[in-house]
Amino acid sequence: MTRHTLSVLVENKPGVLTRVSALFARRAFNIHSLAVGPTEHPDISRITVVVDVESNPLEQVTKQLNKLVNVLKIVELAPNTSVQRELLLVKVKADDASRTAVLQVVELFRAHVVDVSPEAVTIEATGGEEKLKALLAALEPHGIREIVQSGAVAIGRGGRSMTDRALERIARSA
Amino acid sequence: MAHVPHPTPPRSQPPKPALATAPNATPVVVGEEMTGAASVVRSLESVGADVIFGIPGGAILPVYDPLFDSSIRHVLVRHEQGAGHAAVGYAAATGKVGVCMATSGPGATNLVTPIADAHMDSVPIVAITGQVGASMIGTDAFQEADIVGITMPITKHSYLVTDPSEIPARIAEAFHIARTGRPGPVLVDIAKSAMQSNTTFTWPPAELDIPGYHPITKPHIKQIKEAARLLATARRPVLYVGGGVIRANASAELIELTNLSGAAAVTTLMARGALPDSHPQNVGMPGMHGSVPAVAALQRADLVVALGARFDDRVTGRLDSFAPGATIVHADIDPAEISKNRFADVPIVGDLKEVLADLTVELAQEQAQHGKPDLEEWWHTIDDLRTTYPLGWSPTADGLLAPQYVISRLGELAGPETIYAAGVGQHQMWAAQFIRYEHPRTWLNSGGLGTMGYAVPAAMGAKVGAPEKEVWAIDGDGCFQMTNQELATCALDDIPIKVAIINNSSLGMVRQWQTLFYDQRYSNTDLNTGHETARIPDFVKLAEAYGCVGLRCENAKDVDATIRKAQEIDDRPVVVDFVVSRDAMVWPMVPSGVSNDDIQYAQGIGPAFDRDE
Repeated sequence: MTRHTLSVLVENKPGVLTRVSALFARRAFNIHSLAVGPTEHPDISRITVVVDVESNPLEQVTKQLNKLVNVLKIVELAPNTSVQRELLLVKVKADDASRTAVLQVVELFRAHVVDVSPEAVTIEATGGEEKLKALLAALEPHGIREIVQSGAVAIGRGGRSMTDRALERIARSA
Repeated sequence: MAHVPHPTPPRSQPPKPALATAPNATPVVVGEEMTGAASVVRSLESVGADVIFGIPGGAILPVYDPLFDSSIRHVLVRHEQGAGHAAVGYAAATGKVGVCMATSGPGATNLVTPIADAHMDSVPIVAITGQVGASMIGTDAFQEADIVGITMPITKHSYLVTDPSEIPARIAEAFHIARTGRPGPVLVDIAKSAMQSNTTFTWPPAELDIPGYHPITKPHIKQIKEAARLLATARRPVLYVGGGVIRANASAELIELTNLSGAAAVTTLMARGALPDSHPQNVGMPGMHGSVPAVAALQRADLVVALGARFDDRVTGRLDSFAPGATIVHADIDPAEISKNRFADVPIVGDLKEVLADLTVELAQEQAQHGKPDLEEWWHTIDDLRTTYPLGWSPTADGLLAPQYVISRLGELAGPETIYAAGVGQHQMWAAQFIRYEHPRTWLNSGGLGTMGYAVPAAMGAKVGAPEKEVWAIDGDGCFQMTNQELATCALDDIPIKVAIINNSSLGMVRQWQTLFYDQRYSNTDLNTGHETARIPDFVKLAEAYGCVGLRCENAKDVDATIRKAQEIDDRPVVVDFVVSRDAMVWPMVPSGVSNDDIQYAQGIGPAFDRDE
């Protein structure tokens, strides 16, 4: 199994996320993470989906996704030609004795404290999967209370825009 | 066919011009005020629907009021499943989009089976369902079901409409999506509140809002040239013809390519009739119950040109040993089918009508340069197989009527102009094997989903779409009991179909597997409808109760006379109970999960492939 990141431009309409995620489920494709949000174009949403598949089934994923009427464009973003980030919020035990050590870890990873209470701190960090894993490993000895993590979002490097090209294509086909 | 054509009901008008093909031909209506319900009916009229199969109920009720005055013929079915299969039968027989209509909740969920059926077999239908009022959605209201959610995996696309102003555009899009590209079912779920609101109706709608939908129809010339080169040089070529050829109306183009290439052609279960059975290069049906020559030709081919076929497991048997020596050219309008099951060396995405026409042109050029390929040895091999392993059956051990004989005689007497719709099981396989099909759209069956109960409502839909044709449902005693309520619809609505029940008093195909693979332990396959049983129900009495003519035939000598008698009746439906032997089995057979090389010609008899090489 290899990991692939797909950026999927979809129409911003009700039920589209269900269609996309249900397709993965029924074709037995394993989703590692999925993130969806608006784009610079009000009618278009962007789904970033990370899947674990071999390259041949990946072609099937892409073709099946393309059959969904609401899907506008699919691009695979390779790690070396794109920037990929995940957001992590983690609540760590931190009392007067341990707080300094925890804050040192936060600083080393260029993360931020977003909430403090007498017995815990909540830390916000962004980064690739490896960095966040390392951060969690460093925090682990202090006692992790709660983790919430977003799926990866990804964008291609360079000046070109995936949305522009999709819109051009739509304009041409109309 | 020597019968007086059935008078066309005045409501069945020729198809109106379709929006997608002739946007200017439809009358322009701008901003006419009406209810959402009236807008639904006006949209359906404008998009070219001439028949709707359906049943009213609470949430769709507003639509049924304007429908009462519409030019559209509404066929009141007895169960929504019947409406769905009828729409499928109508679409498969005519090539037009079939329309079914149901209310919310149970009405809509009863459409699930036919929608799944249409999805598997790429049949263009539009299902219109009522939904509870917009403010009630999500409250578990009376007769509420999330039918868009339920049908998401089995529709080509679906809509939930809560804003009445959207009705014309969504219905226009639904028809466009259903009929273009790879055809399929589209569901339009309309909230009752949208039907009851006032709105304005504009036709054609401003524009179709489907920016993500652009099926590729024009094949790539580079791939076509490569396919032509392979076809011109192959020594053992086979055209593997699938149902897509029929959906694409490409039979004429297929015949041309077949003639020019000199290749062997096999027609799958979904493609029976795509190439005439009388065509000398038609080797028959491949697959689990295919003919030995068709199966063996694919196994030995050096080139397989798949045309609108999808390498289904019932055709390939064990995939890794299917057509082991063949280079694969795969042409389909759906890119996702290509290399899904078997890697395609030459992928061609496009409308088969164009693919076949282009391929014929390119092949002619290849042949002009390099001459016609010498296929004499190939045909010698195939003809040997044809002579040694013709389709046939052995007499029944119990001396009762052989089902294959009944179906074979029916095919002879009703002829190639008749439309045949089968259920699912042994009778379906025999009908595919022993009836000779000469035209596309004369053989309707549930291939992908394998829906028992398909035959009667599908035949009903076909007869509505082609009232001038003789239409036979060939059904099993098990299948028939799943959907025979539509005989009431047929009797009352002037839809005189004919039904041949191949009554072997059991779930025959399941019983065959129990005979072969479960030690003859006949668990729950006895239906008690045949010889020396309780005969519950009595199919003749049942037919009569439904206002149909019921006939029974139990002896070979009566078969022809009974069929003729049924053919003479054209003012009401006829049901013939052919009581046959239950021990007859479908042969040849490739048992599930084994290689096609292990095809059994009859029980315990495998062709001696190695020896004749």
